[in-house]
Amino acid sequence: MADYNPLELMICVAARNLEDGSTVVVGTGAPCAAAMLAQKTHSPNMCVMFEAGGVAPILPSMPISVGDSRTFHRAIMASSMPEIMETCQRGMVDYTFLGGAQIDMYGNINSTMIGSDHSRPKVRFPGSGGANDLASLCWRTMMMTVQDAKRFTNDIDFITSPGYLTGGNSRYEAGLPKGTGPYRIITNMAIMGFDDETKRMKVLSVNPGYSREDVQENCGFELLWADNVTETDPPHENELKILREEVDPHRYIIGR
Amino acid sequence: MTTMLNEIDEEKAIVLKTGQNELFSNPDADLAREAFRNKSRALKPKLSTVEEVVRTMVHDGDYVTIGGFGANRIPTAILHEMVRQGKKHLGFAGHTSTHDFQILCAGECFDRLDIAYIIGLEARGLSPNARRYIESGKVKLTEWTNATLSWRIKAAAMGLSFLPARNIMGTDTFKYSAAKEILCPFTGQKYVAFPALYPDFAAIHVHECDVYGNAHLYGSSVSDQDLAKASKRVVLTTERIIPNEQIRQNPSATFIPYWCVDAVVEVPYGSYPGNMPYEYFSDEAHIKEWLKAEKDPDEFRKFIDRQIFGTKNFYEYLELNGGIEKMKKLRAAEFLIPTE
Repeated sequence: MADYNPLELMICVAARNLEDGSTVVVGTGAPCAAAMLAQKTHSPNMCVMFEAGGVAPILPSMPISVGDSRTFHRAIMASSMPEIMETCQRGMVDYTFLGGAQIDMYGNINSTMIGSDHSRPKVRFPGSGGANDLASLCWRTMMMTVQDAKRFTNDIDFITSPGYLTGGNSRYEAGLPKGTGPYRIITNMAIMGFDDETKRMKVLSVNPGYSREDVQENCGFELLWADNVTETDPPHENELKILREEVDPHRYIIGR
Repeated sequence: MTTMLNEIDEEKAIVLKTGQNELFSNPDADLAREAFRNKSRALKPKLSTVEEVVRTMVHDGDYVTIGGFGANRIPTAILHEMVRQGKKHLGFAGHTSTHDFQILCAGECFDRLDIAYIIGLEARGLSPNARRYIESGKVKLTEWTNATLSWRIKAAAMGLSFLPARNIMGTDTFKYSAAKEILCPFTGQKYVAFPALYPDFAAIHVHECDVYGNAHLYGSSVSDQDLAKASKRVVLTTERIIPNEQIRQNPSATFIPYWCVDAVVEVPYGSYPGNMPYEYFSDEAHIKEWLKAEKDPDEFRKFIDRQIFGTKNFYEYLELNGGIEKMKKLRAAEFLIPTE
């Protein structure tokens, strides 16, 4: 078995979920690495978009900003933010990746603040940026994150970006587009999806080296389990080679 | 302005839900038309200076917006001058504002804030000083998103008072916004309605424009075309002035037309330390220096004294940070040319 670190596993698993011919809006960091890896393995013609306007660049290196020159380097189009967001709203964007400080069992994400007084936050984060827009409007939202019981909690201080809200049909009833929502939560310990009926987070596979107990203990709410929970397929030699040599040779992301 | 808004009969407007936070600008389209009615359409030279633009076009209390994307294609000279001239009590749109936000926080220039993305510098981490300022409670905060602020500006560019959209419903982002939920009169579909944002002032950095303000801009344009249309007063800072004939040779390339523009200032390397697509890359070392200095408030005050108050203008700031030698390196970085 190949030797790899948790970030490398998360990026490889995320990349496998991006099929050729699909569209994905990504930010900087691990999601961008996953998209680049997918392009260099099984999805050469997957269209990567950046929210400031870059469409289908040939990325020469990892962008520092989702609006910097690299995000439209030899691109198909250098467009605008409304262009990208309206493409999402029209239903033309398949995937997006989000990050955050907290996530609850319905996949709602907090990237705004910690505390109970909005006007006087205990800890202030950047806010939505484009996260709420992408979570609202792309078909499938994914998240890559290290898992612990503080981050995976139902005592979420602020819902910045919508998951399945309060479960069941509540997301659609709130007015968000039909058939959208969280799709995969990829952690260092497990890969989760969401139950079709209740929309609660549900473990699909456990990563090598971790037990079911580890996964539940490092989660602040009760997880559902798929009928046939498997072991996550670890990174393959060729995935790691491309990730390390071509996608992130300076280890900006996988070296964290 | 809030009087007008309070008088709206919500039942008649079929409002389902209302975000609880304050709306910092008036979305009324007829009020905006009055302002635009009085805006000059004359094809006249508009060359000015950074000092004059900030002195005459930005007033304490104005609602201000900045083009570009945080540390990409930003009008740094105008931002520095706003701090230097001590502008206060501004409203500000934090529309993926990163280094621009850092600069305005250094001067504590604004006290009400429409938030999409603030405090962070994307992959570079968070700004300690911006965070202190926001957590201090000195600034009124209303939440939005990147798409939302783009669409609020677009609504204004269209001469409307709102636009409907399908994001943010059901979240705390909606709850702490000043948006409203409505029903589509055709399909019955639930929508969120975003109030138009008509800024008093916008500063946009472009690649080239003529003396009248006809501008070319390359690379991702974020919301800047709409921003130029939506704002009551607009200044363009530009890498270079080009002859009007160059505009007329390729009219399909005109990104901003002159009637949107009130002043033009030629500021080569004007996005420094930010990235200017096809010109120069960002100065990551200098941005790191800012972030480091911000950790300690006293250190940061000295840093700002040296960088902004201690420099007469943007050129002295460029000289202080490496001058033309540095710019040559950043140009090479932009074009991926190895220099060592």
